[in-house]
Parts: sequence; C-alpha cells; structure tokens
Amino acid sequence: MLTLQCPYCGVDAEETELQGGGEAHLKRFGPGSNDDDFEGYLFLRENQKGIHFERWRHAYGCGKWFLAARHTNTLEVFGTYPAQSTEPPQHIKDAISAKLPGWKWGNFS
Amino acid sequence: MRRYSVFAIAREALRYHTGWERAWRAPEPKKKYDAIIVGAGGHGLATAYYLGKNFGITNVAIIEKGWLGGGNTGRNTTIIRSNYLQDPSAAIYEKARSLYETMSQDLNYNVMFSPRGLIMLAQTEHEVRGYQRTAHANALQGVATEFISPQQVKELVPIINLEGPRYPVLGGLLQKRGGTARHDAVAWGYARACSDMGMDVIQKCEVTGVRTEGGKVVGVSTTKGDIDCDKLGIVVAGHTSVLAEMAGFRLPIESVALQALVSEPIKPCMDVVVMANTVHGYMSQSDKGEMVIGGGTDAFNNYTQRGSFHHIEETVRALNETFPIISRLKMLRQWGGIVDMTGDRSPIISKTPVDGIFVNCGWGTGGFKAIPGSGWAMAELMAKGHSPLAEEFHMYRFREGKFIDESVAAGVAH
Ligand SMILES: Cc1cc2nc3c(=O)[nH]c(=O)nc-3n(C[C@H](O)[C@H](O)[C@H](O)COP(=O)(O)OP(=O)(O)OC[C@H]3O[C@@H](n4cnc5c(N)ncnc54)[C@H](O)[C@@H]3O)c2cc1C
Ligand SMILES: [Zn+2]
Repeated sequence: MLTLQCPYCGVDAEETELQGGGEAHLKRFGPGSNDDDFEGYLFLRENQKGIHFERWRHAYGCGKWFLAARHTNTLEVFGTYPAQSTEPPQHIKDAISAKLPGWKWGNFS
Repeated sequence: MRRYSVFAIAREALRYHTGWERAWRAPEPKKKYDAIIVGAGGHGLATAYYLGKNFGITNVAIIEKGWLGGGNTGRNTTIIRSNYLQDPSAAIYEKARSLYETMSQDLNYNVMFSPRGLIMLAQTEHEVRGYQRTAHANALQGVATEFISPQQVKELVPIINLEGPRYPVLGGLLQKRGGTARHDAVAWGYARACSDMGMDVIQKCEVTGVRTEGGKVVGVSTTKGDIDCDKLGIVVAGHTSVLAEMAGFRLPIESVALQALVSEPIKPCMDVVVMANTVHGYMSQSDKGEMVIGGGTDAFNNYTQRGSFHHIEETVRALNETFPIISRLKMLRQWGGIVDMTGDRSPIISKTPVDGIFVNCGWGTGGFKAIPGSGWAMAELMAKGHSPLAEEFHMYRFREGKFIDESVAAGVAH
C-alpha cells in the first residue's frame, strides 16, 4: 500500500486515508487565454512513466491538501511538501536526480 | 494455413496430434513495411487484420514489446456490450459487437463469443431514469436494449438479493445480445489470421523511438534495430503517452491501474453478466465456474500493472450485499492492467500532428468489447485518411469542446 507522509500533521498516511487529486503545479488559464493554453490547462496532463508530481488530500486525517513526488513505475516516493509550493523543493529535486538523471517534468528539471 | 475444423481434430486425434502447425510465424523484422502497428493487443492486431482484409494492405508488421495479448487484452474481464448513450459510441460499439457475432467463423478461430445477456442494475432513482434514457437512445440507434423490472431481474439472476437495505434493485438495463468472449483467443485468432496474410507479428521487440523527417514519419527504432515505414499506428493503451512523447506530441490521457479478480470455481449459478454501477462492481461466471469480478480504477497515475489491494476489497464488499452467496467464496487470483483514461471516457482514433502517424487509444476500462469495431475504423483511417466510424473520436475534440461524454453510461470500469 502506498504510504505518504503528510507534511502538515506528520502522519505516515496510508493510501486508504488519502484522496488523490491529480497533477500538481497546474497553472490556471481562464477565459480569454489562447486555445493552446486553455486546452493544456483543462485536458493535457503529464503522464510519464517515471517521475510525477501530484496533489493528495489527507482526507481521513487532518484534511489538508499537500503535494508529492512519486515514481509511476516503481511507486518510490521522493518526498511530500506543502500545497502552497509553486515549485518542488530542491532536496526533492536532488533525490529525483539521484535516481533519474536528466529528468524533466513540465517546466521543472 | 491449415484450417481448424472438426475433421482436423479427428485427423489429428488419429495421429497423436503431431500434425498441428504453428498458429503464427515468429519472423525477424524486415527493413521496411508499408505500415507498422505498435502494440499487439486486440486493437493493434484487429487494425492490422482489417488493413489486410478490407484494404489489401499486407506488408505490415505488428511490433510488441512483450507477448501478444499480454497487455490489457489478456487481463480484462471480457464484458461485451454496446448500450452506450451517445450516437458515435453506439455506432462503433455496436459495429464491434456485431462483428463479435461472426468472429469465430471469420477468423476460423473459436473466440467463444457468448451473447448470454448483460444487465446493468439500477439501484437508485437516478440510475432508473438514466437507464430508461439510455434504453430510449438505444432504440433510436438500433441497439437492442430494454429496461426491465426487478422481478424480471430476479428471474434472470436467481442469486440476486433485490432487497439490499442500502441499494435495493429497482430495475435494470438489459442487453440480450451482450455477453463475453475468450480474451486470449481474440488476440490469438487475429494474430494467426494476420500471419496467414503474410504480416509479421514481432514479439519481444520494444519500440524505443519514433523517427520523423520534415514532419512525416519514416520509421521506428526498436530493440531489434531501426525499421522503416510509410504509416505508423500507435495502439499501446496504457503506454500511449510514452509513445506520443517519442513522436513529439501530447494526448489527453492518464494511465491508471484497473484490477480484477476471480473466485474458486463453483457450479453454474449465473448465466448473465451483471453490473452494479452504483456500488462499483460487476460479475459474471466463466465457463470454468469462476466468478469473474471487477470494479473501479485506482486513484493515481501508475505503470506497474499492479493495483492497490483495498480497491479489490471495496469491490467485493460492494457486491456482497447484492450477491450474498459470494460472501463465503474464496478468491483465487487478482491482477491489474494499466488503462488509458481520457476526460470524456471515450476513445481516441485519430490522425496526429505528425504526418503518417495515427493513434488508437483511450479505451480505458472498456475497450475489449470494441476490438473489432475499433480495428475496422482504425484500418479505414490509416488506409483512406478518414473513417465514418472514427469521425468524431479525433484527438482535437477536447480543445473544440466536442466531447463524447460517456462518463455516465460508463459509470463503472468494464
Ligand atoms: C482488469 C481489467 C478489466 C477490464 N475489463 C474489461 C471488460 O470487461 N470489457 C471491456 O470491454 N474492456 C475491459 N477492459 C479494458 C480492455 O482490456 C482494454 O481497453 C483493451 O484490452 C485495450 O486493448 P489494446 O489492444 O488497446 O491494449 P493492450 O492489450 O494493452 O495492448 C497494447 C500493447 O502494446 C504493447 N506496448 C506498449 N508499449 C510498447 C512499445 N514501446 N513497443 C512495443 N509494444 C508496446 C504492450 O505490451 C501491449 O501488449 C479491462 C481492462 C482491465 C485492465
Ligand atoms: Zn495530515
């Protein structure tokens, strides 16, 4: 079972306590933006066989949203961090680089 | 190819079965093909088959990184139905269902199509209205379905408990010619027929790159070297995003795990397929007697072909109330596949931004039933540049807001 540490309450939360929320770090494009941006925001998602940044909610715990970096093929978790972050913290990026040299995801690498 | 028949069985019985030939060849790749299909699942193989059968294009290779049918095609619970809501879906799924009726004869391979009937239970007032609406839509689309009463459900499914305290059965949407087929046989039958037409089914060969020149495809790189082609069909289900990335475009797809399980075999007790979408579970009985059970997808992007165990538990728990007799059954096996989900729960059969590359994906949790229809449409698209059946399933429908919204009709994964 997938276990993620909630960065708010510190609990090692099991998957049954959590609710997945899809891709993290989405930049919102509203009405008035061009078709490419709007399509990207609404429908196109990162779907790599490799690194993924995603949103989770500690639904049956403290209730807070947080973000996680996870490998989609080994399920290794590289770390979790607060939902307010606009970019993954450096130590998580470093942990990913150690396993996946040259990784790239959205605007991050 | 020597045909399979009752006479062949008799002949072989008299000579200790020494005369059966290999069902398909195991060739090394040629330098170049007119068309390459990546992925020897049902959809890839059916595409190749109809390229040959309907359009005479037989200089074709089907390239598979594992073994043929080893992806979702060999992992699914084989439910076949065409009771969808939207017209484009009804057209392609009903085309597929009708091709299943004659597939064994067409391929000279017993795919064990069993149109035993399929019921989607209505267990809330909302579902009653939803399925009545679908029944009306199906009547207009020429798909034979009907909304039946709880008593009729009970007659068809004696083991059902109509009076579940939380979700009583209020009726059901019945498709009498829905049912199941043998999943491996569908892949094997198509592979044998493709091989017989001179096509190369190349297993244990992974496509690692897509080569283009001036916006047009020229070939692929594989673990068995570079292979050239004029046209490329990407038909790799859960790995669609990986191949699209190689080709340099994006698709509105996310890959998640879907699981299923079977019980120990028991005596025949249910000869229809029953789906309970509100509680998220469905069940049928295999010819071996096992109860075949499935439910919903896992919640996060995943390429491991393993799912989370608690989803299995949720599924079985959900079905317990409606089918009390399963509460004492031992479960034998459980497995997962990686399914390719789109936002509107409808597939993509489409040209792509790269000239000569076509994509067939997004069948998600329910593409087994569509294999022949999908192959039919994809072959036409690749051969002629357009296909009426595939018309509305293009990849640009999302940005245009032209969804084919089946998330209601496909409330559960199947
Ligand atoms: C548990 C489960 C239950 C299901 N139940 C049902 C059901 O009851 N009814 C129904 O209609 N549908 C069901 N489905 C869905 C159905 O299985 C799929 O939609 C369908 O099988 C997809 O077929 P495909 O040919 O597109 O993909 P697949 O059969 O997955 O074939 C794709 C192939 O591409 C290969 N591939 C991937 N990457 C590469 C590469 N780089 N190079 C070469 N080859 C590659 C893979 O190895 C794979 O063999 C279920 C799915 C699952 C997982
Ligand atoms: Zn918490």
